[in-house]
Amino acid sequence: MNERIVYMDNNATTPIAPEVKEVILQTLDIYGNASSMHGPGRLASAAVSHSRGKVASLIGAQPEEIVFTGGGSESNNTVLNLVFSDIFDNTGRNRIVTTRIEHPSIYETVQTLTDKGIEVTFIDVDGQGNLKMDDLAAAMGDDVAIVSVMMANNEIGTILDVSGAARLAHACGALMHTDAVQAVGKIPVDVRELDVDFLSLSGHKLYAPKGIGALYIKKGIAFCPLIHGGHQEAGRRAGTYNNTGIIALGTAAELAAATMAEEMVREGALRDRLREGLLAAVPDITVNGNQKAILPGTLNVSFPGAEGESILLYLDLEGIAVSTGSACATGSLEPSYVLTELGLGPELAHSSIRFSLGSYNTVEDVDYVLERLPPIIKKIREMSTL
Amino acid sequence: MSSNSFIQEWVYTDVVKDHFMNPRNILSDPDYQEDGRGLEGSLACGDQMLVVIKVTDDVIVDLKWKTYGCASAIASTSMMSEMAIGMTLDEAYHLTPSMITDRLGGLPTHKFHCSVLGDKALRAAIDDYLERAGRENPFKKSVAKVICECKNITDQQIEALVKSGDVKTFEQLQEQTGLGTVCGQCKGTAGELLDELMHLYGK
Repeated sequence: MNERIVYMDNNATTPIAPEVKEVILQTLDIYGNASSMHGPGRLASAAVSHSRGKVASLIGAQPEEIVFTGGGSESNNTVLNLVFSDIFDNTGRNRIVTTRIEHPSIYETVQTLTDKGIEVTFIDVDGQGNLKMDDLAAAMGDDVAIVSVMMANNEIGTILDVSGAARLAHACGALMHTDAVQAVGKIPVDVRELDVDFLSLSGHKLYAPKGIGALYIKKGIAFCPLIHGGHQEAGRRAGTYNNTGIIALGTAAELAAATMAEEMVREGALRDRLREGLLAAVPDITVNGNQKAILPGTLNVSFPGAEGESILLYLDLEGIAVSTGSACATGSLEPSYVLTELGLGPELAHSSIRFSLGSYNTVEDVDYVLERLPPIIKKIREMSTL
Repeated sequence: MSSNSFIQEWVYTDVVKDHFMNPRNILSDPDYQEDGRGLEGSLACGDQMLVVIKVTDDVIVDLKWKTYGCASAIASTSMMSEMAIGMTLDEAYHLTPSMITDRLGGLPTHKFHCSVLGDKALRAAIDDYLERAGRENPFKKSVAKVICECKNITDQQIEALVKSGDVKTFEQLQEQTGLGTVCGQCKGTAGELLDELMHLYGK
C-alpha cells in the first residue's frame, strides 16, 4: 500500500479533528450518567449542556431545540416516523413529499413507509440537481404531513432551495424537515432563515466521531420520539447520554463555527484547482452538479470510457481515496440513482468519481491527484471497448 | 495520516491485484488480424467485454481483449487470457468462470457476476471463428446455457426440474435453486424460460 494517503472522501466521513481528539482524550473520564443527581452525573450533565449550546449556536437554534441522536440516519428516521404519530391523527395528512436525490436514510425509508399506507411524492430535480420548485408547488396539498428536502446533496454537492421548499410546506400546513448532514459545518446553516421545523445533522461529517448526531426540533412543534424508554432529551430520545460523542460533537461544532468562513474559501479554491486541472489534463470529461450553488469541497466528475470502480481502485493503489457512482462499487447492478435522476446515462453514471475535499486537504494533495489521475484514465480508456 | 498494519490488505487477493495492475494480453493493435471476435455485456450493467482470437489447427494461438469494466472484470479476463492461450477450441469453450476465479484465489460473491463476461466473450469468439470458417459448431449445443449467473443455474437444470414436476412456479424455482436471489438480473429471462417449459411439460 502506498505510504502517502490523500483522503478526498470527506462526504463519506471525515477524520476526527486534532482539536476534537484532544478534548475527547481530556474528557474520556467523564463517565457519570448525565441523568444522575450526584457529582459525577452533574459533571456529565454540565458537559452535555455545554455541547448542546455549541451545536445549537452553529445552526442558529436554541439549546433546548437540539436533541442528540446516534447520527444522521437516526435523525432522519425519527422525523419520517412522525407520520405515524398522533400529531397527524384526524388531520387527513398521510403523505410525505421529498426529492428523488435524498440520502438513502430518507429515500429508502419513505419507500418502506409506503408499505404501511403512507403516500409518498417524489419531486424531480433538473440536470444539475436543483429541485423543480414548480413541481414541488404542484405536489403540495392539505394531505401533506411532512416535506423533507436535503440541504446539500452528498454525491454532487448541489445546494437545494430548502427555504423555498419550507415556504411551500408551511403554506399548506405541512411540517418541514431538511437533512442537512452534508451542509452543517461546511456552509452557513441557520434554522430561522431556512424556517425549518426539523433539521438533521451528523458528527462524523464535521470532524467528530461516528455514532453521534443531532436533530433540531423547533420549539413548540409537536413531536413523538422514535426511541422510547427514558426521559432523556426532555423525553424526545431515550438512551443514556453519550457523553464522549456529545462532547466531541460540541467541540467540532465550535471548531466549524470558528473556521467555516476561511475554510469555505480555501476548500473552494482547492476544488476549483482540481476541477480546472482535470478539465485541462483529461479529455472528454463532464462535471456533475450545480457549480454555482455547491458545497465548497465537492467535485463530481464523469470520465466516459473508464469504469468508476476501476478508477477508484487504481487511485487507491496510489494512496488516493475517492468514491464512485458506479454499480460495481456497491455490489448492485444499478449505478447511483442520484446521477441517474440528473439524467446521466449509464455510461456517465458508471464512470463517475466524487472527490470531496475537507479541512486537511492541501494544494499538494490536489496536485498529486492531478499528477496521478490522468495516466490512470488514459490506461483504462486504452483497454476500454468504448 | 499513516496507514495502520491491519488495513494493509487490499480489497481483492494479490493475484487479482497483480492482474488488475498489469493486465495481460490487452488488445492495443488496431490492425489485429483476428480469426474470431466476441463482444458481450452492455453499458447498462457497466461491463462490456471484447475478445479476439487467432486459431491454428483448432488451438487458440493468441487471444487479446478489451473491457469497459471493473477491477474484477479486468483481472478475471486477464487471467482467462493466460489460461486460454494454448488451449484447444474444445477446452477453451468449456472454461468456466469458477475455473478462472479459482486461479485468481477467489472473488467476493457479489463480484462473481463481473467475472463471467470474459469467458462468455471467448465462447462468442469461438462461435464466430467457426462460423467464419463455415464449419459446424460442435460446442454450442454441448454447453448448457447459464440462466442465473450468480447461482450458476443452467437452462438444462431448469428443464429437468420442470420435467420432473418439482417446479411449477417461479417461487418454487427460486426456492429449489436460489435462482434470481442474488442480483436478480436473470428473473426476466428465467421467467420467460419457465413459461415456455411449463407450456411444453407442465401439467
